[in-house]
Amino acid sequence: MLRAARWLTPIFPASKALPMFTPLTPGELAELVRSTALAGEALALHSGNSLSALGHPPRGDRLHHSLSLAGFDAIIAYEPDELVLTVGPGIPLTEVKALLAERRQRLAFEPPDWGPLYGQPAGIGTLGGVIGAALAGSRRVTAGGARDHMLGFHAVNGRGEIFKAGGRVVKNVTGYDLPKLVTGAFGTLAALTEVTVKVVPAPETVDTLMLPRLTPARATEVMAQALGSPHDVGSAAYLPASIARDLIPGAGDSATLIRLEGFAPSVEARAAALMAEFGGTVERLGADVSRKLWQALGDATPLVGLHEDCLWRISVPPTAGAAILEAVQAVRPLATGWLDWGGGLIWLALPPHPGERDGGAAFLRGLVTDGHATLMRAPERVRASVPVFQPMPPALAALAQRLKASFDPHAVFNPSRLGA
Amino acid sequence: MVQMPMPNEGILARRADIVRALYDLLPEACVIADAVARRAYECDAVSAYRQLPLAVVLPRNTAEVAAVLKYCHGAGVPVVPRGAGTSLSGGALPVADGIVLGLGKLNKILDIDFPNRAVVTQPGVTNLGISNAVAHAGFYYAPDPSSQIACTIGGNVGENSGGVHCLKYGLTTNNILGLELVLMDGTILRLGGKQLDAGGYDWLGLLTGSEGLLGVITEVTVRILRKPATARALLLGFPSSQVAGDCVGQIIAAGIIPGGMEMMDRPAIHATEAFVNVGYPLDVEALLIVELDGPPVEVDHLIARVSAIADQCSAMTKRISTSEAERLAFWAGRKAAFPAAGRISPDYLCMDGTIPRRALSHVLTRMGELSQHYGLGLANVFHAGDGNLHPLILFDANKPGEFDKAEAFGADILRLCVEVGGVLTGEHGVGVEKRDLMPVMFSEIDLDQQRRVKHAFDPKLLLNPGKVFPLLSRCAEGGKMHVAGGALAHPDLPRF
Repeated sequence: MLRAARWLTPIFPASKALPMFTPLTPGELAELVRSTALAGEALALHSGNSLSALGHPPRGDRLHHSLSLAGFDAIIAYEPDELVLTVGPGIPLTEVKALLAERRQRLAFEPPDWGPLYGQPAGIGTLGGVIGAALAGSRRVTAGGARDHMLGFHAVNGRGEIFKAGGRVVKNVTGYDLPKLVTGAFGTLAALTEVTVKVVPAPETVDTLMLPRLTPARATEVMAQALGSPHDVGSAAYLPASIARDLIPGAGDSATLIRLEGFAPSVEARAAALMAEFGGTVERLGADVSRKLWQALGDATPLVGLHEDCLWRISVPPTAGAAILEAVQAVRPLATGWLDWGGGLIWLALPPHPGERDGGAAFLRGLVTDGHATLMRAPERVRASVPVFQPMPPALAALAQRLKASFDPHAVFNPSRLGA
Repeated sequence: MVQMPMPNEGILARRADIVRALYDLLPEACVIADAVARRAYECDAVSAYRQLPLAVVLPRNTAEVAAVLKYCHGAGVPVVPRGAGTSLSGGALPVADGIVLGLGKLNKILDIDFPNRAVVTQPGVTNLGISNAVAHAGFYYAPDPSSQIACTIGGNVGENSGGVHCLKYGLTTNNILGLELVLMDGTILRLGGKQLDAGGYDWLGLLTGSEGLLGVITEVTVRILRKPATARALLLGFPSSQVAGDCVGQIIAAGIIPGGMEMMDRPAIHATEAFVNVGYPLDVEALLIVELDGPPVEVDHLIARVSAIADQCSAMTKRISTSEAERLAFWAGRKAAFPAAGRISPDYLCMDGTIPRRALSHVLTRMGELSQHYGLGLANVFHAGDGNLHPLILFDANKPGEFDKAEAFGADILRLCVEVGGVLTGEHGVGVEKRDLMPVMFSEIDLDQQRRVKHAFDPKLLLNPGKVFPLLSRCAEGGKMHVAGGALAHPDLPRF
């Protein structure tokens, strides 16, 4: 059993048997990692703890201590002119957004708040969680994801060493791009203590064009046309009628949505040009509806209340999304889902299916030839029995093991979170 | 001459056997063994560093690449991957006891997919070749390094190449969707594809910019973009670099991300104007080109806003392009900066650091002092939006000692970049050129972490040895080890 060091006051949350460690300095964190490694035990990393149900649950064969990075929550440097922000990973995302908004900036990749999706309160997610799980919203299709805006970090590796990579400037190719590598690694490589991200100006205004009553296949063509146009479309999504009705006032049928952001005269001109190119019925939803709508899509709000369903997020080439969505709904009429990223992202909620114990893993992965399907939310027994993340070919899995070991040779950090 | 790992005498002695084995794996035309023909591969764009390789192979497909790597892995022969050889950091410099693996014969575009806005290409296709292949439909590939007519997409991935538009459109790494990679042992891996998120660890992020140390790229899927409807530029002259830098800061603070934003200092303005005669003002200390691209309404709107900001910043001269010819004329000088430096000086070294823009004035002053100290001229071009500085150090290689002085001057500039919170290289890569400066930016623990990543891919350390990491100080816990020929004894043993 790991003994808590003098400087760590173990907190015993009511629901957990083991103490939660909350180091406040990289030195304390490094000491904790070293002693955990010596004891042959493991650390379950988190900062806001909103995403603890995403990924594989800890396996029972190793003692897992809860390690919170919430103590690393300082704003270290914010230089709006340089487009960089350096903070501790424990800083709440809401705080980051508010800080940037004061200078009319934002994170381009539109990180969502998935707390409510996991039955947690809204607003507890942290920037560390956003980076660890590579969260991105609808703008991912044009602005890139968390990895595209991650510039540098300081961290402690699984050997208990304090190290850094990347830098605090927006353009840097010095050494391996480890900042990208730790993004989306679900805390399996290193425990971050400081991150530098690129920030961008926030747009003056936003509007959304809505084309009603298209089939998913036709919607995909329209989205490809829009995203391939010179009209600077920022994101494009397709909602079936049931979801459109919930999110868009007055909507009665399926909705194909094209978002435009930027300077007001530019948004106006681009909206007019696109409407002329589309022809037919096109509605403009306006700035207020747009902001709420795209936030809801990023946060996957339509799926929050579907407690019985297993939730999936599938990433495919944009033109492949519609056929998968239709194939699912053809045999599972109660499934809920929509397309984002111009068709390249499918959100799905699958209700329990007679005789199916894998949450739909075999069914869905059978439909995905190029891309990957992630089991976003499912009961723990399901997540313990099927791969939450798309299985890798053996040679790649072996490389992933070697890479993990190069950071964390004793498998101290989240050893089973990504699977075997 | 930069120091390279000591060649392994055993490999040199086996050269004939190795060449014979390569002829067994590849058609005769794909192996270059004779000394005269090999000479063409002895250096890349950093021609001050030269080394004749053991042999050169030019495989035609992934299977041949894998066969060569597998053989070299078994035989312990180092491999230096090479695209077009335009590296500005010596990334493709051969080693005496290793072969050069040229990807030039893998030069086909495999798939153009407009609905998914993706192109699948072999690595030997040039950067501009991709843009040209999709131009008829109004698309292009965004990263545009200045060597784009020659450099290959495989090399771009290896170096994470940038260009003048990367503040708005990103570097190579932000525009890659998929890769096919061959590991040193011949294992073929396919990563990502046309989907946006590749899944699992961010292999694409790690491999892009890994300078050929982790694997050999045999296929690339890139993201293509629709060309902006229009572009216009402002040419602004300022009484000092400080004021010009402030103007850049104010443009960004106003929420404007220009397609390109380039600065030149007085020596660079004079050198380029003398070379191309495009009417640059000669009485200013700093010249700024600000290019706005996008929908015409937006560009006109932003031209007016940037123009107002320039007035507030007391720009001494201001021209706004009214035609495509005029816009291109604004750029002509900037794009000719390197040959213009070549015209006023027999030789020049092009450096590539990034600094926080707020430090610009301090860095320029210090560089002026260093220029005095070394007695060497200096001209500066600067990707002002993202802080990427390209000082051109002017020297004459025929004067004894001048090259060494120029190298020392360059190293001082890069140290200065790190000192003010910047980095050693913004887009050219570390290669051999900045290898020994890595400890200025990274601790031994930082570097060891990166070395272990290398080890996970290439445990025998055979791929592109002598690059990126400083030589001779490989630190294993428990003491320093001398590593000969880039080969670690007992690489399979864990070292803690």
